[in-house]
Amino acid sequence: MVIAIRGYQPQCPKAHNKMPTLSSTLNICDPPPVARPGFACPQHCYALAGRLTPWFSWAAAVLCGFGLYVGFFVAPTDAHQGEHYRIAFLHTPSMWVSVLIYVLMAAASGYGVVRRHRLASMLASALAPTGALFAFLALWTGSLWGKPIWGVWWVWEARLASELLVLFLFLGFIALQEAIDDPRRADRASGVLALVGVFGLPLLYFSVYRWSAMYGTVSLSLTPPANMTPPVFTGMLAMGIGLLAYTAAAALARLRIVILMRERSSEWVATYAKVRP
Amino acid sequence: MTWSSWGAFWAMGGDGLYVWSAYLVAIVVIATEIAVLALSRRSILEHLGRFTRINRKPRNPPADETHT
Repeated sequence: MVIAIRGYQPQCPKAHNKMPTLSSTLNICDPPPVARPGFACPQHCYALAGRLTPWFSWAAAVLCGFGLYVGFFVAPTDAHQGEHYRIAFLHTPSMWVSVLIYVLMAAASGYGVVRRHRLASMLASALAPTGALFAFLALWTGSLWGKPIWGVWWVWEARLASELLVLFLFLGFIALQEAIDDPRRADRASGVLALVGVFGLPLLYFSVYRWSAMYGTVSLSLTPPANMTPPVFTGMLAMGIGLLAYTAAAALARLRIVILMRERSSEWVATYAKVRP
Repeated sequence: MTWSSWGAFWAMGGDGLYVWSAYLVAIVVIATEIAVLALSRRSILEHLGRFTRINRKPRNPPADETHT
């Protein structure tokens, strides 16, 4: 399968992502690029991301719509919290998704640093803003959820504090990338930050189990799903997968922008930008 | 159906302000991200198109423009 950008035949240059190897330096024996179009090549990946984005967008819309319908019209009123707990259909999935994005971002970024893989680093920088968005949403909704229970907007509760750490890690990652002009050095610095931050994540993970009783009168505990009625769990799961699909769509759309920015001196970007109306 | 009327739905058992401000902010933030992505994609393509036109045209001989 060859994916063609309009007006341009894909022809991935050899050794596109790797540092020069011996064989490529001596210009011998590289596999023909057309025979196996690798999506690790920015140009192929650009086309593939453009194809996948609408599918993920529709999946996100359908799943979030279904999840919200279940959350607001099917799930029963909570015995202790009344209708107020319906914030959880946004709060809990945002928290899941932000942590998952962080793990993905750290993995991509680490792979990019260790293997000098440019596209992996680009993917990491495309994931970061959406991750920061969901970390912010998790904190905002957590504060709104906790206010009537705690009586204050912010409590140094373990889960919220860890989520705050995740938000700061995302913001630090973005700030480092913006502050360093040379993309390779920026990738390396922010990759190190992301990998260091991974050690903060077990704190988040285990704090959920260790201090889950600290949510006060909350009857809805996240650890044993037996406490959740089936519609509540279904709604949260649908919202979680829906937000994940949204993340995929947004990150792929941003990946296309990052690829255009970083490959702007290459021939295919010049041709692509010229051919487009 | 758990709601007796639309009024009860919007009131959320007295907690409407908390619930709806959570969802409203989520919608605003996500809509902003989508708009920023669309705008920055358009502006970078415009910029790159102009950049290549300025840079390439004087250098290209007229015969080279037939393939565009």
